[in-house]
Amino acid sequence: MLKSFPKGGIHPPENKLSAGAAIVTLPLPAQVVVPLSQHLGAPAVAEVAKGDKVVAGQQIAKPGGFVSATVHSPVSGTVTAVDALPNGSGIKTPSVTIAVEGDDWAPEIDRTPNLIPECRLTGSEVVTKIAAAGIVGMGGATFPTQVKLSPPPGKKAEILIINGVECEPYLTSDHRVMLERGAEVLVGTTLLARALGVEKTYIGIENNKPDAIENLRLVSAELSRHVAGIEIVPLKVQYPQGGEKQLIKAVTGREVPSCALPIDVGCVVQNVGTALAVYEAVQKNKPLIERVVTVTGKSIATPSNFLARIGTPVSALIEAAGGIRAEGPVKIIGGGPMMGRAMSNPDAPVTKGTSGILVVDGKDAARCTESDCIKCAACTTVCPMGLEPWLLSRLAQKQMWDEAEAGVIVDCIECGSCAYTCPARIPLLDWIRLGKTEVNKIIRARLNR
Amino acid sequence: MDNKLIIAPSPHVFAPRDTTRIMGDVLLALLPALAVSAWVFGWGVLAVTIISASSCVVFEWLIQKFLLKGPATVGNLSAVVTGVLLAFNLPPTIPLWLVMLGAFVAIAVAKMTFGGLGRNPFNPALVGRVFLLIAYPVQMTTFAPLTATLSGIDAATGATPLALAKGILKDGGSVSDVMAQLNITDLVVGFKSGSFGEVAAAALLLGGLFLLVRKVISWHVPVAVLGTMAVFSAILWFVAPASYMPPMFHLLTGGALLGALFMATDYSTSPMTHKGGIIFGVGIGLLTIIIRLWGAYPEGMSFAILIMNAAVPLIDKYVKPSRFGAAKRRAQA
Repeated sequence: MLKSFPKGGIHPPENKLSAGAAIVTLPLPAQVVVPLSQHLGAPAVAEVAKGDKVVAGQQIAKPGGFVSATVHSPVSGTVTAVDALPNGSGIKTPSVTIAVEGDDWAPEIDRTPNLIPECRLTGSEVVTKIAAAGIVGMGGATFPTQVKLSPPPGKKAEILIINGVECEPYLTSDHRVMLERGAEVLVGTTLLARALGVEKTYIGIENNKPDAIENLRLVSAELSRHVAGIEIVPLKVQYPQGGEKQLIKAVTGREVPSCALPIDVGCVVQNVGTALAVYEAVQKNKPLIERVVTVTGKSIATPSNFLARIGTPVSALIEAAGGIRAEGPVKIIGGGPMMGRAMSNPDAPVTKGTSGILVVDGKDAARCTESDCIKCAACTTVCPMGLEPWLLSRLAQKQMWDEAEAGVIVDCIECGSCAYTCPARIPLLDWIRLGKTEVNKIIRARLNR
Repeated sequence: MDNKLIIAPSPHVFAPRDTTRIMGDVLLALLPALAVSAWVFGWGVLAVTIISASSCVVFEWLIQKFLLKGPATVGNLSAVVTGVLLAFNLPPTIPLWLVMLGAFVAIAVAKMTFGGLGRNPFNPALVGRVFLLIAYPVQMTTFAPLTATLSGIDAATGATPLALAKGILKDGGSVSDVMAQLNITDLVVGFKSGSFGEVAAAALLLGGLFLLVRKVISWHVPVAVLGTMAVFSAILWFVAPASYMPPMFHLLTGGALLGALFMATDYSTSPMTHKGGIIFGVGIGLLTIIIRLWGAYPEGMSFAILIMNAAVPLIDKYVKPSRFGAAKRRAQA
């Protein structure tokens, strides 16, 4: 029996079209747009002005608060603007625009492919280097990594879990990273373990990636002198296996209480891509200025995995993958089909949290027609949090916030399993998201009073 | 890029199963039982089924079109399912105008007055059946004698096995007197008197298994209903084997299988949680046996389901799914 989370979940078609496509380095674009808010928390503060010359890896913005992240120039060239530009959703956010000139890198960055498994730094020195490299959670949540590595007073991390689940259909960037950069991921994992001071480390991988599981086991045997204590855990293919609370429960049996954080049960979860970025930052002095992005979809000519500089326009990635073959309207999704965000601006840049670009067309892209709830209870059955989506969505429609709070609407992880399953095509998650936002506002106001 | 862009919140993929497909699955699951009934009772069975289903569809369409003046949604097949289930609850020889009346009560009174699909508290097909049973008891309990049985036992009386058992036991007969007039193979295959959809035990089980495999229903309600009936009747039979029929008899006769697999599992009139479904099913099982043994009617499945339908909102209010992280939250508070 493979490990899994205890209740609910779905198994949508996996459609991992780009699983066999090796990571290809994307050519440099003519210009990059680097948003100062690619992470959760306060936006970074620009340290460059129009006309400044920069090199790849040079810091261009400092953290704007405790929960914030440093930003680096992903290219060499001239800053042409520091202003507000539309992001993927069309919302203007402060960004630095750089015209690309050549490809000069900051001198301290080691660009050789040599693997450096040894590290003499202490845990806190590792955290400092991670913060300086501007690393954020690369699975899509984009929470600044150094904050996650610094548990609040009185709380102690006991277990580190590396999330290699990649349960979103279509996406393959983590899969390819585990296959092609396995050694770096494992060294990065030991660095994260050192930063947290934990003894026990797991890497959770869904069982639909047997080659990745085998590769990591092989490499960890080869590097056993350096990466001891890492256990590779194959997991059942069940969405949302990669949800933080679900993954912790599946791997350790520990259940994060409602309204609490993983650290409350002694766990910290980091993404595979984050582990790779940590390796590069600590061992090679390379800040987070490029990442692996899956470009996929049934209407994409060549579904691909690109190593792209941050700030590259999404449209350039789609062109590099052969462009969109579909006639008529399409949906361009930043992320996977379950939790990704439909973009209104395809010229928006790749950011630290862009794990994939998915293009769907035709019937797949059309908004479904809603019909009457038949009370089949499928939403309740598939909810991995044990909530009642049908009830919460009705309470949100009727603005019955007290009842919604009693139904623990704030526990919703927005995985979308309910809306995926609903045979009446009711946009359950749309309503629940709205209700959750309102209830969170009410709770915050009550706490402040 | 020249393509126009569609913007919508996540998720962006949906399961292929929609309401129409679920209703289609239920109809498919009812087909084997319909085929056996047509074999046992003749073509009249098909006439009743077709009249019932088409009347339900027409009544629903008329009400949506002219009374509610809203969109017509008969395409989702839910009215067809109600019609077929109502037909299954009728004797094969029933006058066709009564079938139409039953369909009218089911759709107009039990379903559309409450707002239509998903909003009705009581199973529409059963409301239709019980209305006919109370208003037209003679037509509803007159069963034509079977022309033949597999075992060759004469079933020319036309009495249902449950009515037969009730009569014999009431007149001081014993269980063995009843069993002498019955044959287990006949009961399993469907050679017995009764509403035509309830007789074919094996075919109903096959249909129920199909629905379980297709995940249209879960096992909780049927197992709770049939399990409770079996355990309850087994206890009585164990205590007084001469006066109480064995559990197998109760499971194979009357509407036990049709009710447990197809009627009690109706979405809008059953609880929204598995735990609630078990409470609901146990209640139906208990009530069915109580009515069968000590009630005025030989069969109690329809009444049991309708009574428990009334308890569903209460069950849904108090029985909640076990929430992720809830136990620990209470411990911390």
